[in-house]
Amino acid sequence: MSNRLFVKGNEAVAMGALEAGCRYYFGYPITPQSDIPEYMSRELPKLGGEFIQAESEVASINMLLGASACGARAMTSSSSPGISLKQEGISYMAGSELPGLIVNICRSGPGLGGIDASQADYFQAVKGGGHGGYHIIVLAPDSVQEMYDLSMLAFDLSDRYRIPAMLLGDSVIGQMKEALIPHRYQPADLPAKDWAVAGKGNRGKQTIVKSLYLGDGELEAHNWRLHKRYDLLKQHEVRYESFECEDAQLLVTAFGSAARIAKTAIRMARAEGLKVGLLRPITLFPFPEKAFLQATSTSKRVLCVELNAGQMVEDVRLSVARDADVFFYGRPPGAGSLPTPEELLAQIRKYYEGK
Amino acid sequence: MKKVFDRPVSLKDVQTHFCPGCHHGTIHRLVAEAMDHFDVQNRTIGVASVGCSVFLYGYFDIDVVEAPHGRAPAVATGVKRVHKDKIVFTYQGDGDLAAIGTSEIIHAANRGEGLTVIFVNNTTYGMTGGQMAPTTLPGQKTVTSPYGRDVGSDGYPIRMAELLANLEGTAYSVRVSVNSPKNILEAGRAIKKAFGYQVENRGFSFVEVLSACPTNWGMDALKANERVGAEMIPYFPLAVFKESDR
Ligand SMILES: Cc1ncc(C[n+]2csc(CCOP(=O)(O)OP(=O)(O)O)c2C)c(N)n1
Ligand code: SF4
Repeated sequence: MSNRLFVKGNEAVAMGALEAGCRYYFGYPITPQSDIPEYMSRELPKLGGEFIQAESEVASINMLLGASACGARAMTSSSSPGISLKQEGISYMAGSELPGLIVNICRSGPGLGGIDASQADYFQAVKGGGHGGYHIIVLAPDSVQEMYDLSMLAFDLSDRYRIPAMLLGDSVIGQMKEALIPHRYQPADLPAKDWAVAGKGNRGKQTIVKSLYLGDGELEAHNWRLHKRYDLLKQHEVRYESFECEDAQLLVTAFGSAARIAKTAIRMARAEGLKVGLLRPITLFPFPEKAFLQATSTSKRVLCVELNAGQMVEDVRLSVARDADVFFYGRPPGAGSLPTPEELLAQIRKYYEGK
Repeated sequence: MKKVFDRPVSLKDVQTHFCPGCHHGTIHRLVAEAMDHFDVQNRTIGVASVGCSVFLYGYFDIDVVEAPHGRAPAVATGVKRVHKDKIVFTYQGDGDLAAIGTSEIIHAANRGEGLTVIFVNNTTYGMTGGQMAPTTLPGQKTVTSPYGRDVGSDGYPIRMAELLANLEGTAYSVRVSVNSPKNILEAGRAIKKAFGYQVENRGFSFVEVLSACPTNWGMDALKANERVGAEMIPYFPLAVFKESDR
């Protein structure tokens, strides 16, 4: 499995999921993620798995809920408008403590918007896009390789914490082709899924998967249980990449495809002698709060770059040292709105040492 | 002495929360009897919907997954695809199945999912306080059709058993009622048959059960029961609409 492949990001997600043991896929077509259901419809039957092209995103997330309630590794994928439809089911999965992988290859909005790469679904993904006050695990790959690696990680984290996981990509990451080095999935040491329904069998006791808690104080207790688990995520599962940050006077932060453009701009800035680094969150929830606090204890200036009008910047502001300045540069997406490295370099120059 | 009548083992020995005269309790019993009949309690997974029947897991002694409003057929599809050897049923009200969940039920039936669906039609949204349902009869007063359902603006009651019988994927579709001992026996037979279809892997089976909601109809238990025969059965005929021999 060590040969290099040249594949699309969308295919890499599907390959990683299958390698991690995902055997159920439920989805509905939408650009720019349809390569995922196409790949799954081709490969799952060969593995004895099940592919369903559902009648809607609403149905597909609920099929995922059902399969997950049985303890199976299962996934769905979609793009922004479809993810909006899935929010009902995601909230129910969060409330029912069910794992599962949801891939969002974002496109621009609001509404029908366009099919260009966008990061305008950040709030929806990390703040609990559905009702009720919950979080899901959100991972943001910036390469085809990470699409593959993080889909495996998403399943493990999701199973360990019984929290749905979302892979938040965009049409750049999903549609681009680059080298992928596939590798074997190393099964994680995960707790048994003794909460899954299978028919009472010989257990003698029924198993119920639900999110309804009506007894006095029951729902509050349930919510505190969920929120304690979000704290555990913050303690143990934060992931980020730090690039040229050690001596940085200006810290750039960006995730996913924006981080790739930022990285190129940072290389250009370094060539000019500017001490600039990149702090790239890989987990958007849990957010790398401590990493920002630590990094801004030395470099007091942060430039947040996003493919939207400013969303992650709010979490950055909440995380940095008190005396750090946070600047923002972003462009609401659409055709022709992707910032170039030169454009970001100009921004870096602008905010470097306050110039 | 031979015991001829007992609590089904699939039903817990607890009191239900249903209003006096509500038929949900009777229908629960018939479903439990069907599970007992095929001895499948230990390999059955129920999918609870949203509505007065949401506490299904409190009454049936089986594994249960709770679904969002109307989505039970999709949740059940996910369950059944994982557990092909298990018996999976949904239990849904008319608001749940014939309004918010129309898409999910039609497509689950059309895929021929190996599910059994128990559809409780009481011509109203019970749990939320008696609003107009897709099955509310013409002229019927509800809290959101205070002048009576006007088919001109509200449309017509949907006959789900007939509708689903039209789909290739449906193997068995029937409408029954539990308003008389004779009809209860008939309903019991239909529910058993619907489970039998699944036990024998013969595809999607659907039982529509006409049911009373005395509370929201503003009637006592007896009057409500009478209404089922006098007003509902004429509009929703009791019949087998499809019985596939495949
Ligand atoms: C998405 C959503 N919309 C609305 C509701 C509110 N709601 C709860 S039960 C119900 C109607 C249930 O009626 P029915 O399915 O006919 O069952 P019954 O209570 O009559 O047994 C509604 C609308 C909900 N829980 N979720
Ligand atoms: S409100 Fe109607 S359907 Fe609900 S329990 Fe009472 S009688 Fe039954």
